[in-house]
Amino acid sequence: MAAPAQRLSAARQNWHRFSRNPTAVVGAAIVLLVVLAAVFAPLLAPYPGHVGAVVDFRARHHPPSFSHPFGTDNIGRDIFSRVLFGYRVSLSLAAVVLGIAVPFGTVLGLAAGYFGGWSETVIMRATDIALAIPPLVMALAVTAVLSPNLLNAMLAITALWWTWHTRLVYSITRTLRHREYVEAARLIGASRAHILFREILPNCVSAISVKVTLDCGFVILLGASLSFLGLGVQPPTPDLGTMVATGADFLPDDWWEPVMPGLAILFVTLGFNLLGDGLRDLFDVEDVR
Amino acid sequence: MSDSPLLELDAVSKRFAIRGGIAGSVRGHVNAVRQVNLTVQRGEVFGLAGESGSGKSTIARMIVGLLPPDGGTLRFAGRPVVQSRAIQMVFQNPGASLNPRRSIGQSLSVALAAAGVARAARRHRIADLLGLVQLPADTALRYPHELSGGQKQRVAIARAIAVAPRLLVLDEPTSALDVSVQAKIMELLVELGRSLGLTYIFISHDLSLMRNFADRVGVLYLGEVVEIGTTEALFGRPAHPYTRTLLASIPVVSAAEARLRPDIPLIEGEVPNAADLPSGCVFHPRCPYAFAPCTDQHPAFTRAEAGQTARCHLLAGDAASVHDMTTREQPA
Ligand SMILES: Nc1ncnc2c1ncn2[C@@H]1O[C@H](COP(=O)(O)OP(=O)(O)OP(=O)(O)O)[C@@H](O)[C@H]1O
Ligand SMILES: [Mg+2]
Repeated sequence: MAAPAQRLSAARQNWHRFSRNPTAVVGAAIVLLVVLAAVFAPLLAPYPGHVGAVVDFRARHHPPSFSHPFGTDNIGRDIFSRVLFGYRVSLSLAAVVLGIAVPFGTVLGLAAGYFGGWSETVIMRATDIALAIPPLVMALAVTAVLSPNLLNAMLAITALWWTWHTRLVYSITRTLRHREYVEAARLIGASRAHILFREILPNCVSAISVKVTLDCGFVILLGASLSFLGLGVQPPTPDLGTMVATGADFLPDDWWEPVMPGLAILFVTLGFNLLGDGLRDLFDVEDVR
Repeated sequence: MSDSPLLELDAVSKRFAIRGGIAGSVRGHVNAVRQVNLTVQRGEVFGLAGESGSGKSTIARMIVGLLPPDGGTLRFAGRPVVQSRAIQMVFQNPGASLNPRRSIGQSLSVALAAAGVARAARRHRIADLLGLVQLPADTALRYPHELSGGQKQRVAIARAIAVAPRLLVLDEPTSALDVSVQAKIMELLVELGRSLGLTYIFISHDLSLMRNFADRVGVLYLGEVVEIGTTEALFGRPAHPYTRTLLASIPVVSAAEARLRPDIPLIEGEVPNAADLPSGCVFHPRCPYAFAPCTDQHPAFTRAEAGQTARCHLLAGDAASVHDMTTREQPA
């Protein structure tokens, strides 16, 4: 039939546009590489055992070499292996924070934008308050009151992150609320749930996905910053931020100990940012930070 | 009971706040629709004509229940108007009336689901509906961006009739389309109206279209109905000077018509807007026949002929005066 063929060609066109966008392609390649590295870390890591508190005094502070591409740390563990496992932590952090914050923020944004009235007032004032608190400060406060660990750090970040998605979805919903197809759906008697999730939400998806991609980079960076400050992941779990913090003690002689995990953070953050920028061009969405 | 009107508007008004400034404070109001009275009989095509900004869409949105009036009442089959499947609308802009992220089949399916059609029967009914609006059945698999404006408007019509409405409000259904497509859509609407027993409210600024399609016509000027009459009366002997100026802009069919055609010297000047209404008769600043009462007295509806009334001071004394004044000087 003609229609599926046409849709296929539309997909091919999108792919064509995507493949012509160097930013997007490089970003996608980096993200894919990092995800694969994290997923297959146990297979790829030359020293999978070095994830934990293994000590090998003979191998302490070795510079990068063939057997240790990123060198070794102060207790003789292979930094490359630990970076691969560190990506697992970073990506899980992003997945959990965004996996909770995005659906939550989206639903609130839809409700505030579509219903207006008191629900709009309450929700949007709440986002104003949440936006006034820097995530790092929030995380510091939460981990100070509770205890410094990954769960609490994620909790703190999640508690603020939804607001950005609420704002984004709210502004799109506001413009779509009186769009003819939404009004037509109301007239034929479609349910509110249908209008919110089937008529409006699909039109927010490209903007949300651009934002989620960019967010991954930010959340990973924020998580690393918290770990660097000793408020996130606790040793011996391999975390990029913690590794930078521990390695920083051995500067400048053993520079690879903080620099390699630092570059790993830069690499993944850059990947998500490039991909997000590329998707923004591809989807032609504006106003997404 | 059956000859009571299907729709009645009684002194319906709507005004919008104009917001501006940093705090978004209200700076004034647009009186988009003022004191509109009209009745629509079962099975008729009621035309609503007027320039851009005269309040046509605002009236349409109040009729379908998307917008509450600020004053007056709207009654449908004797009851206050509420949003219901019995009253549907085809929107002005076909580009925005279908969800770009949903296939045509999905869009129609929602309407059928809302009308209580069982899931199993929907696929079949979608094909039927597409057939009714003369589109191939595989249109269901397509997305709006794959369709032309005319095809989109056909889908919008199919969606509206899917819920078996009694009244269909057509808000300039063809103004965004090519003339050739326009004619086909109008034909389709005429046919559907007859076969489904629909009552139409047909909104347009295109008077030749109006003349061919409508049974009765109301003319809007700055949110006010200035004249209502049967198509025959209104186009044959327009009673309100504004109607006459409107008619002067449509192509004529015969030499006899050309002779009847008024040559109205419209007064130059700014067209007043609904935010800053003139006193008295709203048309007086542009009316070549304006006289003393027009500047400060709002004219009441006056019967011009059988089935034709207009808001004009000229009619108060002698029903034929406008007509006479405008044709007198014409070279025979
Ligand atoms: N939501 C709104 N807020 C403020 N003003 C509005 C709103 N909707 C309409 N108006 C104003 O009300 C007046 C009538 O608008 P309306 O859309 O009903 O006109 P229309 O006759 O349908 O015009 P067109 O032929 O351009 O569609 C205009 O002055 C318009 O600017
Ligand atoms: Mg309009």
